[in-house]
Amino acid sequence: MSSSKKSVFLGTGLPYVDVNDISGKLIVIEGTDGVGRTTQMEDLRQWLEVQGHGVVTTGWTRSPLMGKAIDEAKSGHSLNLHTFSLLYAADFADRLEHEIIPALKSGFIVLADRYIYTALVRAIVRGADEQWIRDVFGFALVPDAVFYMKIQIENLIPRVITTRTLHERYWANGSGEGMDYWESGMDLKLGEDFYDSFIEYQRRILVEFERIAKDYKFKVIDASKGFEEVNRKLKEGITALLEESKPA
Amino acid sequence: MPRLFEQEHPYPGRLIIVEGIDGSGKSTQLQLLQKWLVSLNYRVFFTEWNSSALVNETIRRGKKKNLLTPTTFSILHATDFADRLMHLIIPPLKAGMVVLADRYVYTAFSRDVVRGVDPSWVRSLYGFAVKPDISLYFRVPIEISLRRILSGRTTLKFHEAGMDMGFSDDPNESFTKLQGKILEEYERIAVEQNLTIIDASLPISIQQGTIRKIVQEKLKEYKPMPYLRKKENVYVE
Repeated sequence: MSSSKKSVFLGTGLPYVDVNDISGKLIVIEGTDGVGRTTQMEDLRQWLEVQGHGVVTTGWTRSPLMGKAIDEAKSGHSLNLHTFSLLYAADFADRLEHEIIPALKSGFIVLADRYIYTALVRAIVRGADEQWIRDVFGFALVPDAVFYMKIQIENLIPRVITTRTLHERYWANGSGEGMDYWESGMDLKLGEDFYDSFIEYQRRILVEFERIAKDYKFKVIDASKGFEEVNRKLKEGITALLEESKPA
Repeated sequence: MPRLFEQEHPYPGRLIIVEGIDGSGKSTQLQLLQKWLVSLNYRVFFTEWNSSALVNETIRRGKKKNLLTPTTFSILHATDFADRLMHLIIPPLKAGMVVLADRYVYTAFSRDVVRGVDPSWVRSLYGFAVKPDISLYFRVPIEISLRRILSGRTTLKFHEAGMDMGFSDDPNESFTKLQGKILEEYERIAVEQNLTIIDASLPISIQQGTIRKIVQEKLKEYKPMPYLRKKENVYVE
């Protein structure tokens, strides 16, 4: 079955880029901070490579073009609603054009740890116009599958606040913060301290993820379950995807 | 998003912008307008395209290492603009001043589309931009603008000449092609966005006379706040 009928881009696309010869698969793992995406990604990569697939993984931010620009802008806390979103858009565009699309053209499976949906919900929670932010990311490719690791706030708390994570950040990274400033939405002044702010910020993020899930055809995975079960669900989903696109 | 640059802004100040290809003489005209407005005791705030600190370094590095694509080029300039809008344009507009901007979002609409991005995408990208009260587009035949620019200097810089676009290996020829395409886009935008067209091939003083009439008319109902009546002495040379 041919998949050429489906739309390639989420919006206006990249008019100067030829995407007709894409043969790889773009698989996205989405979910909020601390939900366990990265651990799953590592395992999925191994698993796919053992099966003989070429795999490229890509994260969110830190492209060669943007380098430390985002971190620096964030540390100055001088970002406004639009610059916040646009810096991420530039970073993503750089990775899309220089990393993701070339890999897909070469037939790799691209595993993306987060995608534009993270940027959408973060922007919306900060008060951005929803149509604006969707249009901005209209140059993004439609993924072949988006696995959304869904979690409730009460299940997220014990994952984020552990002896290890807080100490690592506070001592080793030298940030002087136990919880992350941005993951706690401290720029929004939602609570007295990091904890209160984190709860309220993440609650809002989860609501927005939930709201856009249908629009973007998320495959929902219950991330409150243990690693093994989440892992099994992800592998089932990916296997099904790879099966259906196998040449007959 | 509702394209804010297509709706009247709510601020007490006035925003006047100039647009046109390089060598159209827009900056000269804007400076003359500034002198005149200041002489009439208006509080004037002047701002230029592409001068903020937020992404300057990234753009410079991207150009030098040839990392920029049409899309990242476009987004980075929009980021820069969003930053300046927030810090340099909206505060004086809220304070009720007359803000003069040398180039505005139409610069991005024309240049970025020539570089290859989708026309409607770049308009959405700048959807948060404030609509100017007066937008002056300096229309000039390409030969005149080229003569003005190329007579003043011997070499064009790589990106300035559009050498990254593969029009030609000759910088002057490449620049001519680039400017011609940008001019075409400007003409489209002028109609679409209802810009006020100034014939930039006319003598400087004649153009300025036309501009002052347009501005005078538009500032008729503009009543500066009492606290702005004191004479400004910071941004004037």
